[in-house]
Amino acid sequence: MIATDPSEKLSLYRRIREGDLVIVYERHDSMKAVKVAEGSVLQNRFGVFKHSDWIGKPFGSKVFSNKNGFVYLLAPTPELWTLVLSHRTQILYIADISFVIMYLEIVPGCIVLESGTGSGSLTTSLARAVAPTGHVYTFDFHEQRAVSARVDFEKTGLSRLVTVGVRDIQGEGFPDEFIGRVDSVFLDLPQPWLAIPSAGKMLKPDGALCSFSPCIEQVQRSCETLKTKFTDIRTFEVLLRTYEVKEVRETSCQGDEGGSFKSPPRKKRQHSTEKGNVVEASGPGKIMAKPCGEARGHTGYLTFARLKCLPLKDNQVCSLRSA
Amino acid sequence: MTTKDDSIGSSRVTWEGCSVLLDINDGERLVFARLSPNAQLKIGKKNCSLKPLIDCPFGSVFRVDNGKDGPYLSLVVHTEEVEEGGNSIQEKEDHVTTHESKDNRAIVDNNSAQNLTGEDIEEMRRQGATGDQIIEALIAHSATFEKKTSFSQEKYRLRKQKKYAPEVLVRRPFVRRILKSIKLDNLMSDNYMRCDSLSLLLSMANITAYSDVLVVDMVGGLITGAVAERLGGTGYVCNMHLGATPYPVDIVRIFNFSNDVCERIVHCALDDLCPGQNGSCEQVQKMVSDSTNELDHMEDVPAEENTTSADVPCTTASDHEVRKSIKAGGKASEELIKSWKESGFSSLIVAAPDMDVWSIMQKLHPLLSYSASFAIYHQYLQPLADCMHNLQIGKMAIGLQISEPWLQEYQYFSFLGVVDLNILLWLSFLISISSYDWYFRRTHLSMQMSAFGGYILSGTKISASESKVQ
Ligand SMILES: C[S@@+](CC[C@H](N)C(=O)[O-])C[C@H]1O[C@@H](n2cnc3c(N)ncnc32)[C@H](O)[C@@H]1O
Repeated sequence: MIATDPSEKLSLYRRIREGDLVIVYERHDSMKAVKVAEGSVLQNRFGVFKHSDWIGKPFGSKVFSNKNGFVYLLAPTPELWTLVLSHRTQILYIADISFVIMYLEIVPGCIVLESGTGSGSLTTSLARAVAPTGHVYTFDFHEQRAVSARVDFEKTGLSRLVTVGVRDIQGEGFPDEFIGRVDSVFLDLPQPWLAIPSAGKMLKPDGALCSFSPCIEQVQRSCETLKTKFTDIRTFEVLLRTYEVKEVRETSCQGDEGGSFKSPPRKKRQHSTEKGNVVEASGPGKIMAKPCGEARGHTGYLTFARLKCLPLKDNQVCSLRSA
Repeated sequence: MTTKDDSIGSSRVTWEGCSVLLDINDGERLVFARLSPNAQLKIGKKNCSLKPLIDCPFGSVFRVDNGKDGPYLSLVVHTEEVEEGGNSIQEKEDHVTTHESKDNRAIVDNNSAQNLTGEDIEEMRRQGATGDQIIEALIAHSATFEKKTSFSQEKYRLRKQKKYAPEVLVRRPFVRRILKSIKLDNLMSDNYMRCDSLSLLLSMANITAYSDVLVVDMVGGLITGAVAERLGGTGYVCNMHLGATPYPVDIVRIFNFSNDVCERIVHCALDDLCPGQNGSCEQVQKMVSDSTNELDHMEDVPAEENTTSADVPCTTASDHEVRKSIKAGGKASEELIKSWKESGFSSLIVAAPDMDVWSIMQKLHPLLSYSASFAIYHQYLQPLADCMHNLQIGKMAIGLQISEPWLQEYQYFSFLGVVDLNILLWLSFLISISSYDWYFRRTHLSMQMSAFGGYILSGTKISASESKVQ
């Protein structure tokens, strides 16, 4: 999913190969991650798809089943992965994820700590942001979840960028080996305030922390704890509203096309370049947009803070430099 | 200098020639500066040398103090402040719970409440009093300070501190902070992009190491810089111009990009990639060199001039070290253009407020790899709706979605809990107690931030070669 050298990047030459992970796209709300294997088939409501038909085609191809049903095969991205992963916990979605990565200033080469791992939705995007030279260390106290997450990161090819540890971060804090080495910490824990003191120890001076909590009471307690060692404490909520687009044919006032109002939105349309073509019964419709009904509601609050910066001695300056 | 060749984000300490964002008095003013022994910054009426800021950790706070040779910036030692801060928070809480009886009814806020005159203060200065000492003296000579509530006292102290001992916080110029300051500077106010919108563009276009990213950046280099930050010296970001002249990318200079990163920021004309579109190649070449000269000029502005107008991004490139660095945004080489023609770009971001996005998309679509992610920003919904429809009809892309980001800030108060800032603003009208208003200064900034965030059309390019498959 994430190139670790230039030859792996997406290109017009790249063809689907044995062992590739592809996202099978039926519709925007119906997708699935599949590992391509020569002898395998994919069976769904559109029929049976042979993997062997896929190999050698470019990503983004439309492929057909025995019943002439079709799906698209997409190259995996962290955004698509978030939509197809198996939900073992509540997960973070693109709006929160994007904001977290920008606000924590996570760039290639950063060392990031995360807890809990959950279903690894955020972890996948963190890995993309620190690649190719950084690393994400993510911890969950739930053994089985950690194991499943490792399996997923193997599948998505992120194992080189992500290490999953099993640890009670609220009880024990992050491991001592990370003290003073970490650029950013992300917490998605039920009682984040218990992990904040440890997070403070792990961060480099001026390092950034984010805590995600669904309830405002959790935010309050976190802020109380943050005040001692952190500064720039700010809390946000990020939401996305999506729009649906339709071509609508309206009846004009003078209109003698009384029937057109009843007709459904048209699928086909003459291209405007083909001028002079007025064969169509009722000229082109208007493209209109309206907000989708099922807007994703409240997910949680994102609280950000920055470790206060103490003046350094000269030797410390040097060590930070080379870090 | 080794630091400059490191990838961005690795150095936590400033160096000579590095670009920093200076936050003066907690958000009152944001200034970009290039650190050099000769660089100066105007704070209040005084010019201070930026030399003490070299070799300090990012996040350090400096305060303007008065020395024998005039004002200078001295590092604030935070260790004690942590204790103090802790105490004062404690006090504030006590105050809330015990319902302190002081209020401001007895206070007449005129200058007569202050017994210290301007001359007195000047005299203190001449004798080398620190800002803190001046503030203490002001408080000691204030007839009303004792009568004020502790909230008002804090407010008073803060106001005086800002005036007599302004603080300068040294920040790394990451894109998020750059955005914030651009907004405050009122640069390109029409095209201003909110932080959450930009973050979504970068995710939706799947910007990642080793990508070759095509951008149409008509917002001053913001997109180009943000993408380069994510590429960290791998891949390329190519800012394509549709006409003859490259779009300005001045904002890119504010980032602390190493040479490795700057090399990866290039531009080219649409004509170079798809010959036979509009405009002639020769014309393009000419305009390119013209605009390069313009950028050169910008770097050569002498330091003095910069300090007087320190609110706009300023570069005080006074030493040769800085000048030697590779300039971002050069023209893409023939080989690069050839390779992109053959293998395509892996991502596309368009932010072109005054262009028709569908006609841009028609031209750029063939240049993208199959399954490439793209994201298009616009302040209006309709152009994106049209574009989305046409992409659908033309079977050019799937996973098409128009999103509108929404951002709300909440502020934590020990006495109120967490409050929606909009509600807080209402409260300020209802209560109209002046003690509260220093909290609201931040509110105003944040209100701006929740202003309209624009729309984003995102999707994935599909391969057109389906017919053969059947
Ligand atoms: C909501 S999930 C995180 C979801 C994740 N952010 C994502 O996007 O997929 C919270 C996780 O925290 C873990 N957790 C809860 N308490 C913990 C603790 N004390 N130490 C470590 N992990 C903990 C849970 O097992 C759960 O998997």
